[in-house]
Amino acid sequence: MLMTILSILTVSLIAAALAAVLVVADRVVSDYGQCEIDVNEGQRTFVIKGGRTLLDSLIEQKLFIPSACGGRGTCGYCKVRVTEGGGPLLPTEEPLLDKKEIEQSVRLSCQIKVKQNVRIRIPDALLSVREYVCEVAEIVELARNVRQIQFKLVDPDRMKFIPGQYMQLLTPIYEKSTEEVYRAYSISSDPEMKDRFELIIKLVPGGICTTWVFEYLKVGDTVRLNGPYGEFHLSGTEAPMICIAGGSGLAPIKCLLHQMKNTASRRQAKFFFGGNEVRDLYHVETMREFEKTLHDFEFVPVVARPEEGADWKGETGLVTEAVMRRYEDVSKHEAYLCGPPGMIDASIALLTKRGMSEKNIFFDKFS
Amino acid sequence: MNTRPEVLHALIVCFSAIFTGNMVLSLFLGLCSFIAVSRQVKTAVGLGAAVTFVTACTTVLNWMVYKWVLVPLRIEYLRYILFIIVIAAFVQFVEMVLERYSPVLYQNLGIFLPLITVNCAILGAALFMVIRDYTLVTTLGWGLGSGLGWFLAIVAMAGIRMRLANERIPRGLQGPGITIIIAGIMALAFIGFSGVLAGS
Repeated sequence: MLMTILSILTVSLIAAALAAVLVVADRVVSDYGQCEIDVNEGQRTFVIKGGRTLLDSLIEQKLFIPSACGGRGTCGYCKVRVTEGGGPLLPTEEPLLDKKEIEQSVRLSCQIKVKQNVRIRIPDALLSVREYVCEVAEIVELARNVRQIQFKLVDPDRMKFIPGQYMQLLTPIYEKSTEEVYRAYSISSDPEMKDRFELIIKLVPGGICTTWVFEYLKVGDTVRLNGPYGEFHLSGTEAPMICIAGGSGLAPIKCLLHQMKNTASRRQAKFFFGGNEVRDLYHVETMREFEKTLHDFEFVPVVARPEEGADWKGETGLVTEAVMRRYEDVSKHEAYLCGPPGMIDASIALLTKRGMSEKNIFFDKFS
Repeated sequence: MNTRPEVLHALIVCFSAIFTGNMVLSLFLGLCSFIAVSRQVKTAVGLGAAVTFVTACTTVLNWMVYKWVLVPLRIEYLRYILFIIVIAAFVQFVEMVLERYSPVLYQNLGIFLPLITVNCAILGAALFMVIRDYTLVTTLGWGLGSGLGWFLAIVAMAGIRMRLANERIPRGLQGPGITIIIAGIMALAFIGFSGVLAGS
């Protein structure tokens, strides 16, 4: 009996002693001291405690570098030019950086740890990205598994954005998720609405954010978003526009159309919106309104497989096929694409084959 | 056990651990990471060095724990648990140091760094030390030799596999399959070393 207790005690004491040694070692070895982060040659500087990833350190200092995968190194949104102090290129970064980026010292900020003073360069627009506290004002069911959420800005109570940009919605920890994640959604509402904005969200089976939005989010809830981000916006030219979207990709196109109406633009535009079945189409009335109020706009809904009894008289098949039927030569046009990566790749291939130059194709890929 | 001076005995044990009683090729221990990390010489060298360091240090530490704690208290049967605890703590320490001073190697080794803890070659080295009742100095030679033997085996395998990279290997044998076959041929070759040292 005594021997048993003695033996258990001995093993536990030795294990505890080793654990204590490890804790001390961790404090000593992993102590990187205070490190300075210099952003855009002095526009902003922070002094922080080293040891965390560059992305986490920057977000903690309220500099919101976009990120969609939560630091797993799979989305590539968090790319930052690190001119000094980034350390050697890590194998987890290599798959997402091309040769030109590596030459320019572009790194994945979610993979590198701040161990010494760092100098970075980021697009100036990111410096004006802020976190917004909002209240859910309205939830509208647009189609099966597609919802439009209207957010009223609380703090700050105004937001400036360029139509086409997206926000990152913070999904809190809840029953089905043990970590906070950010997911990107384009703003779909009229930019004239100054105190609120809308996002269109489509349910992804098993998705952390969309499950939370569809099963837990209610009118009156407080949420946090940061933004606005993104380089997708109207070009300044008068070239005729071909807009192609699928799923929740209608959102930024709708926002661009609002902008065109607000500025009385006379650009010709055609919007090809693809859905699997007739009941997947939404905002059809909104688009018909735009046909009346815009100078030269046509809405072309394309249904892949119209269901029985839907009595669909419009275009059928893939949205890219519908575009092919309408245009022969698109060298004078500009394209605005938004939707799943497969649709975007197919559209780019089709448009370049028909004469469109790649620099006239603008897109927002949702992955 | 014998009348040779201790250091000489330690050197002989070290030599035999590398060649005549190689951990991987004669005793067949530590095969998991041996097969998985032997694709490239660079990572094999990194992992081999880590395993050598861990084996050398933990066999010595385990000798101390065994002789100074377990034997006096007559709880030798707890050696399986205690040796693993010591090895796990030590590997954790090595991970910390590696992450700080060589992040590229740390990322390259990935999951195989913590897997050193359950590398049976390291626990095996500690247990053999008990069975053969080595002294402290001999244990150091034994630990170092076992580690170096494992290191030699994995680097040799990596060199061979890199040469084979452009060969056409039947699909079913690619990866682990051909590696085990090569390991078998290497083991056969190492049998040639047996009998080199009298009495070992």
